[in-house]
Amino acid sequence: MREIHDIHGGIHPPERKSLSRPGELRDTPLPAHLILPLRQHLGVPAKAIVNVGDTVLGGQVLAQAQGAMSVPVHAPTSGTISAIEPRPIAHASGLADTCIILETDGADQFIACEGIPEWQTVAPSLLVERIREAGIAGMGGAGFPTAVKLNPGDSKPIDTLIINGTECEPYITADDTLMQCQAEALVEGAVILAHVVGAKHIVIGIEDNKPEAISRVTSAVQDASAEIEVASFPTKYPSGGEKQFIEILTGQQVPSGGIPADIGLVCVNPGTAVAAKQAIIDGKPLTHRIVTLTGEALGKPGNVIACIGTPISHLMGDAALSAEERQRIIHGGPMMGFAVSDLDAPITKITNCLLAPTARELPPPPPAKPCIRCGHCAEVCPASLLPQQLYWYARAKDHEQLSEHRLLDCIECGACAYVCPSQIPLVQYYRAAKGQMRDSEQEKRRSDNSRERFEARQTRLEAEALAKEAKRAARKAAAQEKAAQNGEDPIQAAIERAQARKIEQGES
Amino acid sequence: MLSALTEQPLLIALLALLSLGGIFGALLGFAAVRFRVEGNPISEQINALLPQTQCGQCGYPGCRPYSEAITAGDAINKCPPGGEETIQALADLLDVEPQPLDAEHGTEKAPVVAWIREDECIGCTKCIQACPVDAILGAAKVMHTVIADECTGCDLCLDPCPVDCIDLIPRKEGIAFWHWSLPTEETPPVDIIASDSRSRDAA
Amino acid sequence: MLGDIALLLVGAVLVNNFVLVQFLGLCPFMGVSNKLETAMGMSVATTFVLTLASVCSYLTYNYLLIPLELEYLRTISFILVIAVVVQFTEMVVRKTSPLLHRVLGVFLPLITTNCAVLGVALLNINQAHNFIESLFYGLGAALGFSLALILFAAMRERLAVADVPEPFQGAAIGMITAGLASLAFMGFAGLI
Repeated sequence: MREIHDIHGGIHPPERKSLSRPGELRDTPLPAHLILPLRQHLGVPAKAIVNVGDTVLGGQVLAQAQGAMSVPVHAPTSGTISAIEPRPIAHASGLADTCIILETDGADQFIACEGIPEWQTVAPSLLVERIREAGIAGMGGAGFPTAVKLNPGDSKPIDTLIINGTECEPYITADDTLMQCQAEALVEGAVILAHVVGAKHIVIGIEDNKPEAISRVTSAVQDASAEIEVASFPTKYPSGGEKQFIEILTGQQVPSGGIPADIGLVCVNPGTAVAAKQAIIDGKPLTHRIVTLTGEALGKPGNVIACIGTPISHLMGDAALSAEERQRIIHGGPMMGFAVSDLDAPITKITNCLLAPTARELPPPPPAKPCIRCGHCAEVCPASLLPQQLYWYARAKDHEQLSEHRLLDCIECGACAYVCPSQIPLVQYYRAAKGQMRDSEQEKRRSDNSRERFEARQTRLEAEALAKEAKRAARKAAAQEKAAQNGEDPIQAAIERAQARKIEQGES
Repeated sequence: MLSALTEQPLLIALLALLSLGGIFGALLGFAAVRFRVEGNPISEQINALLPQTQCGQCGYPGCRPYSEAITAGDAINKCPPGGEETIQALADLLDVEPQPLDAEHGTEKAPVVAWIREDECIGCTKCIQACPVDAILGAAKVMHTVIADECTGCDLCLDPCPVDCIDLIPRKEGIAFWHWSLPTEETPPVDIIASDSRSRDAA
Repeated sequence: MLGDIALLLVGAVLVNNFVLVQFLGLCPFMGVSNKLETAMGMSVATTFVLTLASVCSYLTYNYLLIPLELEYLRTISFILVIAVVVQFTEMVVRKTSPLLHRVLGVFLPLITTNCAVLGVALLNINQAHNFIESLFYGLGAALGFSLALILFAAMRERLAVADVPEPFQGAAIGMITAGLASLAFMGFAGLI
């Protein structure tokens, strides 16, 4: 029995999970068109390799990965490419990004898929390549290319693989439903991933507010080909943050600025593990995912399996959204999600939930009042930071102090803003400050580079000028020497020759 | 002799102070030679904070001359490409009060890069010679193009171009460069956890 | 002996803190306390000056002025000693950290007129300290000055980013905070 540790801080907001009926998975009808952004992951966007007018089958590669920090995009179903252009996407900025628009033909034809049934005999690097080709990125919300995560390098040996079945954020039940309905696939995926990273232990961590998931997964691991431990722990938000989750299960802390591989761990979302199983055993790329549709404004809340690229409006229609004035549809959960600006934006590989609250359920927050320095925020911070100090320094744009107070370790969970008696939107300050710091660093690198180039150019110009001077001096010396030798000045002779020629030309 | 002197207290006092002064003077003279400082390292640190566009908007022919001017006491608010951030950084370094950007020298604009309209380029190399960071690729009678990653947007290439085929386009647009803004700086003021986009509020 | 030294130190650093209780040396205290790094640099410089000046003053007084019965010249000769030590310190600072030299600016030579430095020299005489006691009294005074300066600089850095009402911004809130700090330090009265 594993010893469960506790993290500093944390809060207990109302869970509201039963609203979306976890454990019941339903299909959703195919939308008329799918919008597939080229960037659904952290890193470099993929590059489209199809053209407008092409007919494609489900599972076909539509965009190639560009480099290591990139994943390809596949067609979720068969159809025709009608456009490749900027479209509004589900992003906090409300900006548009290049997308491939696929008009579905309803036939839902798929390419022939070939898995690797004897995957245990295949080299892990080949399996990683397969996972990369399947377009798998972290499905918990960050979208980190899984192939990169599974390849931390020889200097970081991996001892344990952990599956993050926490799903601590209120309202969201996508992982819960996956663990109940696809437990066998999850277990198989975990075994495959453990083989890929060379882990000797596998742990599946599930919060204790999901008893059905715990029992389903526990019975599924009995039949697994490797030994898997199922650990449950007390419910608290935000236990599901990767670093907090690792601390709870192992008591070890991921070093500040480091990754779990630094302490021999790899942490993966259950959806990602199932996608890995489908990629290796079934040969299927990542084309669908489970999305929780919840909120009191929906007539039919629940968990659906939807094509990646389905417009949010289509899913809202399927869940019988009752429209309200100035309604917010939130992509993600109530703590870390953001309101979608355009309902025609598509869901992507990282969409785990669409929340449609009524105004009474999640009222718009009142305006912020001045900070009273009560310190509640520091009590609940799961990363043991000082949110109050970060707030003051973020307002003052003091980047030096912000990094000294470890702003980059903030996981933006929103616990501090949740407890703030003055209702200050603390997380927005931190996100803004992080963006400004990143920007500054980039500008500094650019300007350092420019200064080097400028100085190199100055050196080159000076060297050229000196060389020219040296050449001129050498020529003059040579001419003088020749004049001294021959008794005649070559320069004077040249001038006389030129004058003679001019007179000749004048005559003719 | 000493007894004779003690009867002249004024003389003693003068002698005592003079000898004290003499000893200390010698000590200081020795220290002045031992601790001599060459050059001016501060202007290096100032130069490291300037944006290196070498554009000349500050009135000096480049960033290093301006950094030396600041060391000599010139104002820190003359650099438009650096903007408010550079003024703040200089103020922090030199422990002076930050001042708003001097409008006489220009206003803070969004970062830009140069872009050559290739249809109109005649291959004269005048812009290549003007670029302070060698960010333009090309040769005589061969197509010129700007290496966007190296261009600082200083606009020194625009004037020499005889066919006026160079544009300045914004460098930091699009989703890759977006980041949240401070709640205190948003208009209209927004203060919520899960944020609404401005367009929805306006609708 | 050691007990006496300890009492002397505690007295100079806490109970009779030169800045916050005896109100000497307020000029650099208010002028240099804007940033913590500057304050630390100033503390080191003042510690060096104070200790050295305290010792040199003692030596000058006891081995030059008293034998020649020139005690009445003590003020002017102490000023001379202090000025020389400060000038020497300025040269050292300019060599080792030109940035600190630039940032401290005029406050570095102004240590000459810091009444805390002259105060220590004169108080050594008033209280008839011997050589060791003079040394540690100077050191204690310097440590007390540094403590007050660094604490105050840390508080001013926080005040700079806080929501101070406009009439109070700048020196005003600094003065009020200094007064409160002073009240706090006066609580040490009766400690020894």
